[in-house]
Amino acid sequence: MEPSAIMQTTRGVVVLGATSAIARAAAIEFGRQGYAVVLAARDADEGVIVATDIRVRCNTKAEFIAFEATDYAGHASFFARCREILGEGLEGVVLGFGFLDDQKKAQKDPETARRTIDVNYTAAVSILELFAQFFEERKKGFIVGISSVAGDRGRQSNYLYGSAKAGLTAYLAGLRNRLYPAGVHVLTVKPGFVDTKMTFGMEGLFLVATPERVGKDICKAVARNRNIIYSPWFWHYIMLIIRHVPEIVFKRLRM
Amino acid sequence: MSRRWPTASVEKVEGMQRCASQKLSGWGRYPVEECHVYRPEKRRALPAILESGLEQSYIPRGLGRSYGDAAINRDRGVIDYSRLNRMMSFDPDTGVLECEAGVSFAEILDAFVPRGFFLPVLTGTKFVTVGGAIANDVHGKNHHVDGTFGNFVESFTLMTATGEILTCSPESNGEVFWATVGGIGLTGIILGARIRLRRIETAYVLVDYLRAANIDAALSAIAASDAQYQYSVAWVDCLAKGASLGRSVLMRGNHAGRDELPSSLGEPLRIRPRWMKTIPFDLPGFTLNPLTIRAFNTMYYSIHRDSVRTPVEYDSYFCPLDSIHHWNRMYGRRGFVQYQATFPLSDGKGLIDLLERISRSSRASFLAVLKRMGPAGKGLLSYPCEGYTITLDIPMRGDLIAFLHELDRHVLDHGGRLYCAKDAAALPETFAEMYPGIEAFKQVKGRLDPHNRFSSSMARRLGLVPQ
Repeated sequence: MEPSAIMQTTRGVVVLGATSAIARAAAIEFGRQGYAVVLAARDADEGVIVATDIRVRCNTKAEFIAFEATDYAGHASFFARCREILGEGLEGVVLGFGFLDDQKKAQKDPETARRTIDVNYTAAVSILELFAQFFEERKKGFIVGISSVAGDRGRQSNYLYGSAKAGLTAYLAGLRNRLYPAGVHVLTVKPGFVDTKMTFGMEGLFLVATPERVGKDICKAVARNRNIIYSPWFWHYIMLIIRHVPEIVFKRLRM
Repeated sequence: MSRRWPTASVEKVEGMQRCASQKLSGWGRYPVEECHVYRPEKRRALPAILESGLEQSYIPRGLGRSYGDAAINRDRGVIDYSRLNRMMSFDPDTGVLECEAGVSFAEILDAFVPRGFFLPVLTGTKFVTVGGAIANDVHGKNHHVDGTFGNFVESFTLMTATGEILTCSPESNGEVFWATVGGIGLTGIILGARIRLRRIETAYVLVDYLRAANIDAALSAIAASDAQYQYSVAWVDCLAKGASLGRSVLMRGNHAGRDELPSSLGEPLRIRPRWMKTIPFDLPGFTLNPLTIRAFNTMYYSIHRDSVRTPVEYDSYFCPLDSIHHWNRMYGRRGFVQYQATFPLSDGKGLIDLLERISRSSRASFLAVLKRMGPAGKGLLSYPCEGYTITLDIPMRGDLIAFLHELDRHVLDHGGRLYCAKDAAALPETFAEMYPGIEAFKQVKGRLDPHNRFSSSMARRLGLVPQ
């Protein structure tokens, strides 16, 4: 299907990992605000359905492009495709893909550990650099990185995922610093417990938020030029406490 | 079939698709039962769950707004369909929307009211899914004019027990269509549907409020002038006694046209976002007692003055309680039963007797709702039929079930019937007598699903499938 030329005149956003619940919710919020949306994901069957939904629901333009996060060689042509579809309208990108497997499994299986790091960190860096350069040259644009509260402090129950997200958080901070003079906005989003496929059926969760809530928070934070947000907001205080527990105590905790 | 299915402690189906063992209930929070919940987020996860052989049976579930046990399945599978909520197409010329069954009424209103389209039938809450609306063949305040939701379903796709996908409409697979419309999820899983939306000029309803001093006055006002309104409902004070028994406030209206609204309301298809309130935890059981409810009812009756053509935002008119999240927590931890029954038009006495019984028993109920229903549709287990329907909330307490059985008997004696979406206690023999379509339903069910792979706690209680 050839994207229509109209998409090139409206402002547009690329959502990476669009079949994940949080990314999809954010894409819907952008669609509601009249953005043309390019949805990228590995799963083409579902990606096309999500794009169709946004077209119908938000009465906006939406296109799906297949995207494999760890296919680094393909990133440049993927980015070119986004440019082709959104043209001068390309204004923002939302990094919404991620990979979380069982921590115990990742400890024993190096492949799982590597994939955790590759998807959550290496692939994120590889693809965002392309967008960063484009926005920097244009002196305009926004980059949203969905990181995690798990990146704020390593815990035995998910430190592999957490360390990759910590890397992403640091990367986004650096990117923000670099792009500030160019007037490009970088937003770091740290969701707490969100009711997604990742967390469904897990025990011991509390204060679980809906993906729609996080999607709304993201859009609002973009409009308000925020740097770092926790979603829901109270995770800021939960993590404040967790970050300040002295290591001598923290290492003894079962978390 | 003597095959035994392993149950419980099911960890994973297809990658990260987990099963969660959860205590589930309907909106009334009675009964509460342990169920094995699956929540597919991708279409292909659904056949994987059904084919996994992990559960003896499954029941699809939407947003859990059935009050009783229609969407729970004790120690067996529940398929939470709320994440398969994608819209597939919309034709502004015909108003036909095609969407997955997990799309909610709230989502449809959010997307389409600003474009001048409305749901053809809107329930008292917008937090229901399209799938649930079909499976319960829901009705709204326009039933006396337009009938049930099923009338506006062009077609739906149904995944049956064999994994086959049937496209059903009144014209093709009509038998399955009318067994599934109102069939409380027992014929299979509704995947998606094509529904016909209604054109509107504004997001407002022009409402006439009329107070009636007692039930007789209410019934005669309804009989005299309901035909002038597309939407009609009455709020009834169930605690008033004697000459005031059944005193009511009638709230009837029609969609407002563009030139019927004062310009001060602004863009006619937009409404202001409502201030959402939440009840954060279970209120103590004594919060709602005859005293507080009597006070509430008296206040409610006296603040409503007769008025005509008052513009009211659709949200407040159709779904007044939706602005309070978790309002069901008002009834405390033990929950409540919402009792809804229809009496034939010819039998006003049955209705009045019922009100008297409730009033006498001092089982507090506020927000009792009365509505005149139009003719029955074709759904084999569809609830709506011509007559007066009354709906009331009764808090759960020890002896309630026996009282409900007494009421059921009374309803049956007067030729009335109960609503599956509300019921939590009816006996199978009572139900069978109320629903003459039950045999035809069982035949279709037996043909589609001979091993009863689709079942629910309600289905077993009502004898729709074997225990």
